[in-house]
Amino acid sequence: MTDKTIKVLQEGQGKLIQPFDLEEFRAHNRARDKSLVDKRMTEAEAVSRFITDGDYIAIELYGTVRCPMSLTREVVRQRFENLKTAGQGVYEADLLGAADCCTEMDWTYIGLEVYGVSSNLRRAVEGGYVKEICEWSNAALAWRFKAAAMGVPFIPVRSMLGTDTLKYSAAKVIECPFTGEPICLIPALVVDCGLIHVSRADKYGNCQIDGITGFAKELAGACKRLIVSCEEIVDTELIRDQPDKTFIPWFQVDAVVEAPFGCHPGEMGRVYERDEDHIKDYFTSSRDPEKVKAYLDKWIYSVKDHAGYLKLVGEEKLAALRIEEA
Amino acid sequence: MSERYNGTELMICLASRVMVDGATAFIGTGVPMLAASLAQRMHAPNLVPIFEFGGTGAVLDKLPLAVGDMRTFNRALLASGISDIMEAAQRGFVEFGFIGGAQIDPYGNLNTTLIGTPSKTKVRLPGSGGANDIGSSVWRTIMIMRQSKRGFVPKVDFLTTPGYLDGPGARERAGLPADCGPYRVVTNLCTMDFCPETKRMRLMALNPGVTLDEVVENTGFELLMPEELKVNDEPTDEELRILREEVDSERLYI
Repeated sequence: MTDKTIKVLQEGQGKLIQPFDLEEFRAHNRARDKSLVDKRMTEAEAVSRFITDGDYIAIELYGTVRCPMSLTREVVRQRFENLKTAGQGVYEADLLGAADCCTEMDWTYIGLEVYGVSSNLRRAVEGGYVKEICEWSNAALAWRFKAAAMGVPFIPVRSMLGTDTLKYSAAKVIECPFTGEPICLIPALVVDCGLIHVSRADKYGNCQIDGITGFAKELAGACKRLIVSCEEIVDTELIRDQPDKTFIPWFQVDAVVEAPFGCHPGEMGRVYERDEDHIKDYFTSSRDPEKVKAYLDKWIYSVKDHAGYLKLVGEEKLAALRIEEA
Repeated sequence: MSERYNGTELMICLASRVMVDGATAFIGTGVPMLAASLAQRMHAPNLVPIFEFGGTGAVLDKLPLAVGDMRTFNRALLASGISDIMEAAQRGFVEFGFIGGAQIDPYGNLNTTLIGTPSKTKVRLPGSGGANDIGSSVWRTIMIMRQSKRGFVPKVDFLTTPGYLDGPGARERAGLPADCGPYRVVTNLCTMDFCPETKRMRLMALNPGVTLDEVVENTGFELLMPEELKVNDEPTDEELRILREEVDSERLYI
């Protein structure tokens, strides 16, 4: 017998924030209700039913783009203090940072793109509220969800090799048993609760997405529980007319929340533009903790629900953001 | 610097000229978006801009503000997702990647993660995002940055995105795809390439009106010198007109 031991060449020193148990994940998925059940509910009900403090949550796509902001605001409103999350994030992850909701993060990109890094997350990280950060690349996080969605413990990839990004991640490098070359293994990321915003869904949770799909498919498959918000709830007949358009199927969905303008101040492709004034205002206020507090008070804590939020934004503003159909 | 254009406009024009008609190119936020849009209207109408969250082959009529916004799939050929895109890059479909960073070293390694050390972080930066994947997988990486001693350092505080790591053969030894890596560095002062033997950064051409001393003063490591030092062409009137009137008529960036 030759020695068939696979050599581990390098181990990232970052913490595996969310250890996984694939047998438990399979058993959990087996127990999920596959019948057609009406899952419509409000943001408040969905978040309180399906998220518990201490959970690992993940939000798709990111902050200003098809992002479930009405759900994210509800998470802030319910004052979670000890969540873990994956930061493939812009505005939504920043809000969680501003409101001190998160203590551990798998981090790939946090910033506000053209505006740079917001001071909120800087404060949360540099001030120590976020106690654990594990580094990843964008694709690595998507592929970690994909590994979970495939039901396998890891995926071999050719990203992150040779860098500090790998050194401070929880990835491992092995000698590939087929080629003999080093290959990076990234671990599955099984998420306790995912939040995804889609174009339309039926009451059972069959979802359609117009435009780019980000990492919705991977995340939906990686979740133990999934809350979906949508621009509109449609009749199931519309889903059955074009089942090839079902991007996330009902059996992976636990709650369906109807949230028109649910991405505000971000955009929903082809439906409404992002609210540049609002985003700029948030970014500017992020430099001053008092102003951040005032922002959270005004837009989240003192507003009862998404309808109240939209009222505060104002009909005129929403109408201006809406994209006229060609 | 000429009064006809500013430093940002010059960098956009220089980056645009590197983009090849018909090639696939990862486009990041900011200057690369403007450069790609300009290239599509100038010499590269068939440039295929690829945005990491799924927009592929868009016509860049309107300037995207984010790598996932709806302008990244405006009249595009494909609107898919990040795994599809990154897997296509991993199997060799993407030629160019345009990225930037807070720090770069002589081997083209980039830092976008932090200044200081992981245990004693002075400044937290946005993180890798797609940069590490792009720097790992595309055939030729082009870095666009402002040049200064603080940014062009002998050793990056945190190696976020691989350049040539620590020299010839290092990428391959680490398991990264072979025969790819940093190709050009475009700055407000000059254009640089990488010496094929040593994989170290090498001056290629000065920007118009910039002296060699200025470049040296703004580089924190020894820059290799070319056999013949060239000067980049100034932005043409046509480039500037298209840039100002069509590409960024709202003047979001320039």
